[in-house]
Amino acid sequence: MILIAILTLGGIGMAGSVLLYAASKKFEVYENPLIAEVQEALPAANCGGCGYPGCAGFAAACVNASSLDDLLCPVGGADVMNRVAAILGQNAAKTDPKIAVVRCNGNCQARPHVNRYDGARNCAVASALYGGETGCSYGCLGYGDCATACTFGAIHINPATGLPEVIEEKCTSCGACVKACPKNIIELRNKGPKSRRIYVSCVNKDKGGPARKACANACIGCSKCVKECPFDAIQMDSNVAWIDFRKCRLCRKCTLVCPTKAIHELNFPPRKEAATEAGGAKTKDIINEKTNSAC
Amino acid sequence: MENKLIISPSPHIHSGDNIGRNMYGVLAALIPAFAVSLYYFGLGALIVTAVSVASCVVVEYLIQKYLMKQTPAITDGSAILTGVLLAFNLPSNLPVWIVVIGAIAAIGIGKMPFGGLGNNIFNPALVGRVFLLISFPAQMTTWPLPGRFPMDYVDAATGATLLSKLNEGVSQWPSFVDLLLGNMGGSLGEVSAAALLLGFAYLLARKIISWHIPVAVVGTVAAFTGIMHLADPLSYAGPLIHLMSGGLLLGAIFMATDYVTSPMSRSGMLVYGAGIGLLTSVIRLFGAYPEGVSFAILIMNALTPLINTYFKPKHFGGK
Amino acid sequence: MLRTFRLGGIHPPENKLSAGKTVAILAPPPQVIIPLGQHIGAPAQAVVAKGDQVKAGTLLAKAAGFISAPIHSSVSGKITKIDQAVDASGYARPAIYIDVTGDEWEETIDRSETIRRECTLSSQEIVAKITAAGIVGLGGATFPTHVKLTPPPGSKAGILIINGVECEPYLTSDHALMLQRGEETLTGVSILMKAIGVDRAIIGIENNKPDAISHLRTLARTFAGIEIMPLKVQYPQGGEKQLIDAVLRRQVRSGALPISAGAVVQNVGTAYAVYEAVQKNKPLFERIVTITGRGVANPSNFLVRIGTPIRYLIEAAGGLSGQTGKIIGGGPMMGKALVSADIPVAKGSSGILVLPREEAARKPSLPCIRCAKCVAVCPMGLNPTLLMTATEFVQWEMAEKNYIVDCIECGSCSFTCPSHRPLLDYIRLGKGKVMNIIRTRKS
Repeated sequence: MILIAILTLGGIGMAGSVLLYAASKKFEVYENPLIAEVQEALPAANCGGCGYPGCAGFAAACVNASSLDDLLCPVGGADVMNRVAAILGQNAAKTDPKIAVVRCNGNCQARPHVNRYDGARNCAVASALYGGETGCSYGCLGYGDCATACTFGAIHINPATGLPEVIEEKCTSCGACVKACPKNIIELRNKGPKSRRIYVSCVNKDKGGPARKACANACIGCSKCVKECPFDAIQMDSNVAWIDFRKCRLCRKCTLVCPTKAIHELNFPPRKEAATEAGGAKTKDIINEKTNSAC
Repeated sequence: MENKLIISPSPHIHSGDNIGRNMYGVLAALIPAFAVSLYYFGLGALIVTAVSVASCVVVEYLIQKYLMKQTPAITDGSAILTGVLLAFNLPSNLPVWIVVIGAIAAIGIGKMPFGGLGNNIFNPALVGRVFLLISFPAQMTTWPLPGRFPMDYVDAATGATLLSKLNEGVSQWPSFVDLLLGNMGGSLGEVSAAALLLGFAYLLARKIISWHIPVAVVGTVAAFTGIMHLADPLSYAGPLIHLMSGGLLLGAIFMATDYVTSPMSRSGMLVYGAGIGLLTSVIRLFGAYPEGVSFAILIMNALTPLINTYFKPKHFGGK
Repeated sequence: MLRTFRLGGIHPPENKLSAGKTVAILAPPPQVIIPLGQHIGAPAQAVVAKGDQVKAGTLLAKAAGFISAPIHSSVSGKITKIDQAVDASGYARPAIYIDVTGDEWEETIDRSETIRRECTLSSQEIVAKITAAGIVGLGGATFPTHVKLTPPPGSKAGILIINGVECEPYLTSDHALMLQRGEETLTGVSILMKAIGVDRAIIGIENNKPDAISHLRTLARTFAGIEIMPLKVQYPQGGEKQLIDAVLRRQVRSGALPISAGAVVQNVGTAYAVYEAVQKNKPLFERIVTITGRGVANPSNFLVRIGTPIRYLIEAAGGLSGQTGKIIGGGPMMGKALVSADIPVAKGSSGILVLPREEAARKPSLPCIRCAKCVAVCPMGLNPTLLMTATEFVQWEMAEKNYIVDCIECGSCSFTCPSHRPLLDYIRLGKGKVMNIIRTRKS
């Protein structure tokens, strides 16, 4: 009796193991062991910021690529890419850390509402049908598609301004918010030394008059900053200035000449002249403004 | 700027329908059945229903407020409806504390853990009922016999239901009129076929539910038990007895048609209804339990996502 | 039993406040703004310059391709500027501003009241005249009419269906047109029949317009091959596919053109414009517009020049009554809420609906209770709640598999939803995205 039981169970066990062995041989998929090794070095955020489906996809791309020049893990940055390069025996492309920058400063005071939007609270839905609730059809809609898209909780809408804010320590520059924004307001820019950076916080392509009418903080395309810049870093395209962060030396001359204070500078020490109106204090003011105005 | 024009995508008008209108509509449709149960079971029916509704509402409120940190939405009527349906599936002499446990199971296990209204997989009232049926089989299967209002709550005369007699092969069937009016033992809301059908007519007239699920359930049960009855009239009761006894009509009209847990397409609804009918008949005729509607509905609830995948709405211009 | 389409549908309150009102002719305003993109397809290209003097009927802009339409001046006067103007789309687009002086028309236009019924032109000549007159679908879709009259090679229409349904609540412009310009409209229908080479036309009219039905029936006896078919009131019967289903009991296959079911559908307003273009040499520069809703004092029907600011129409209708909530270009189901009253009337403006504040606001959206009412009312047999979820969670493959591109954006789902979910808001977005994905895949 016991013998039969042992034999039966043993038989089933044997048959099962043979079957499993055969199956594992037949359906075996060869994977380059390097892929697993590279994947180990990646941050495992699976954010898709690199353009590949998750970290595994990126690891496979790194292993299969002949050079690492076009490959970058935005979350891990240079550290991780150097480690990946070491594993693969290649050289990583030199990259500067980046960060998401919101290029709209049309807060409630500067950009009065002319309509009230009553549809689905979703930027993509709203922008497909309307320019927005304000006179500016280029600016931020404020329904937070960027905040929804961010898997790191690094961007949120400030209820006081109705505009998104990036939390520097959390932003991994994966670019999800850039893709989510239907107005193309968010840009990945160089983080800059000591997180110091200067950018034009407006994307309004209208001519000066209409732009100014719609928003007091708009770039009006006056080109004063272009003339002022000693490094030729500012371009004027369709009535809106753009600072090339590769050329900008952070001299801060442009922020002083901008008539609408559309050029923002972040994390600089206060100026010696203590020009409190312009510069560093400006952004802080907007952020800290405690207004209860119906935005 | 007080006069800002509103902008929004189309459409710009709405039918005026809302969740409450549907929930309270179902409640209104249950009034005839409740009146009948008050008439036959007296005070017990009132106490069980009141306790069940109150506990469901309180449990939902507490969970929404303190566990889910949401604004409680008990005014939409869905918790009240769950409470009433749970009570309708209980014997009218059930002790109050068991009713409370049933309500906690219904809301706390059947509804809120899935995310609240709209997300639950199983019909919450039936989750509560089956929970009690398994936990307290004795209390749950001793039904008071119909008396006259007002009656004593605890000491009512009790007896077996028609269905449990069916399994024992009794040849004395009650009269058709008694079945229609509900002059028999049973859960408090299920006894009167006429009252339930009246509610069904009301639901159809107000377009709160469509006819597909109830008709599919009833049709399948009638067909299945009819064939069995023709094959062996002595062992199997006729279809009419099956349709008008037990929780079949209550289940088919009010429980199987629960929005959240039933399929979305017409064809899916028919398949789902037929599945409930078939399972009910099989459990009733061959299973250990005399009644199978609750189990049948819960099993088909579990299959609803699958039905939704394979029975899509009829697509205009599709093959 | 009256016919109607066989899948889904709703019956919203009809609210035809301006029904039975005679069409009043509105004099040209002091200034008109004529947008260059008033049709589906490429915007027209301006052929005039600032400072030019124009007459009513002068060509302002030529068609920029096959799927496009020319645009004519609706007034006589001087072009003050060619600039951007916010139009019904909610965005600023190129438009021509004209300061009005007098009311001179091009000499080629026959301004007499006499009705000319006989047309001896060939099919090609008719289509050429329609193309030159800038006629587009006047039901609201604004698809260039000549494109529909030139079926793709290999397909042949067997029947012309004329849409006199006017299923949108509130609107009465087609109703007024059928009553007051019945003979001209039917002449236009015969011309359209000749253009596409069919000998049979059916005019579908919902039976909430019995006067129009009996009037056109009497007139139709004197025209060969034109039938009037009363239809049961049901929204969205004016949808091309729904109308074909209602009239012919034929379903256009998913993704196919209506011509595949052997039918060409045109609106009654378009038929009237065709009559004017072919028989009177008059380009499309004015149309009947309903101005209605409980937000205006006297709901009315007006014959309006294209480019007239809506503000001017509202004043003509007795001004606003009380707090205005929304101004909608079109009907309440498919119309567009306008951002201001300065937006001009365009070719596709069948009506202006002014809703008071209390009627305008939406209720907050609640979780889906899976009641499947949206599924039951969808005239295309889709699952709106599934499509909305797919869009919300960026599941384009799932949306495509569930035929999101077949959505006709009728809004029956959002209208019905007891949870007030913005179903169509999302589905419209998802449809656009999926159509883009399909287009890139093909190319």
